[in-house]
Amino acid sequence: MTTETAPALVPNFDDDEAAGRKLAIICSKGNLDMAYPALVLANAALGEGVETHLFFTFWGFDMITKARMGDLKFTMLGNTATHMPQGLGGLPGMTAMATHRMKKQIAGIGVPEVPEFLDQIVASGGHLWACRMSADMMHVTEEDLYDGVEAIINAADFIEKTNGAQLLFI
Amino acid sequence: MPVTTIAGREIHVDEEGFLTVYDEWDPDLAKELATGIGIDLTDAHRKAIDFLRQDYAAQGETATLRRVSTVGGIPTKELFALFPKKPAKKMAYIAGLPKPHGCV
Repeated sequence: MTTETAPALVPNFDDDEAAGRKLAIICSKGNLDMAYPALVLANAALGEGVETHLFFTFWGFDMITKARMGDLKFTMLGNTATHMPQGLGGLPGMTAMATHRMKKQIAGIGVPEVPEFLDQIVASGGHLWACRMSADMMHVTEEDLYDGVEAIINAADFIEKTNGAQLLFI
Repeated sequence: MPVTTIAGREIHVDEEGFLTVYDEWDPDLAKELATGIGIDLTDAHRKAIDFLRQDYAAQGETATLRRVSTVGGIPTKELFALFPKKPAKKMAYIAGLPKPHGCV
């Protein structure tokens, strides 16, 4: 019989390490396919205990504008990665069809639509901010925006809030 | 595969310490696993863990956080409160399952 016992192998969840980490993602696009990278990464970061901020600016406002957030679109135009003739993308109904198809693919793997995804991000502790300049340009107020948006802030506020953060511009 | 000893039992784990043999787990072991990562297991925790176990048995993969909330019916906020910071991984560990592979 031995009295030696190896310490139990327990995963290191690095709780303290994550405590100092911050991620800031600037969302500047309103296309369906450009909305998801930010949402997926924000969700993943939150699930890893990383403080996460999303800043919506310019076309990214479509992701948080109540009237539009459920209706983002995907177009083949200007996107050679669809490997279809570009001329096709300009035909009437093509954007609707491409959008429908992409939404189906996204739903097929259990990933939520944009509004529901934002619900999940907010429930996970994510922070959503809207850009002051974009709001002023487009005459949008907090009333028009998704409820989870904490405030309309200016660029300097955002820089201040994300002090020390890793930054992604999409 | 490494073998570690938890609560006097020999348990097969991967390099990180996640259990690799589904049937080596039981509710008593869950309590020990939870304690090992600083969580005091309550009935609310058990509800999530039970869902994970059942879902893994049916699906063959560990449920993501989203699946625990949408299919398991436990709100995301609550999961973050029960299993702070890294709920998906912590739940999987306590449930004796691999880390979830899904992105969302």
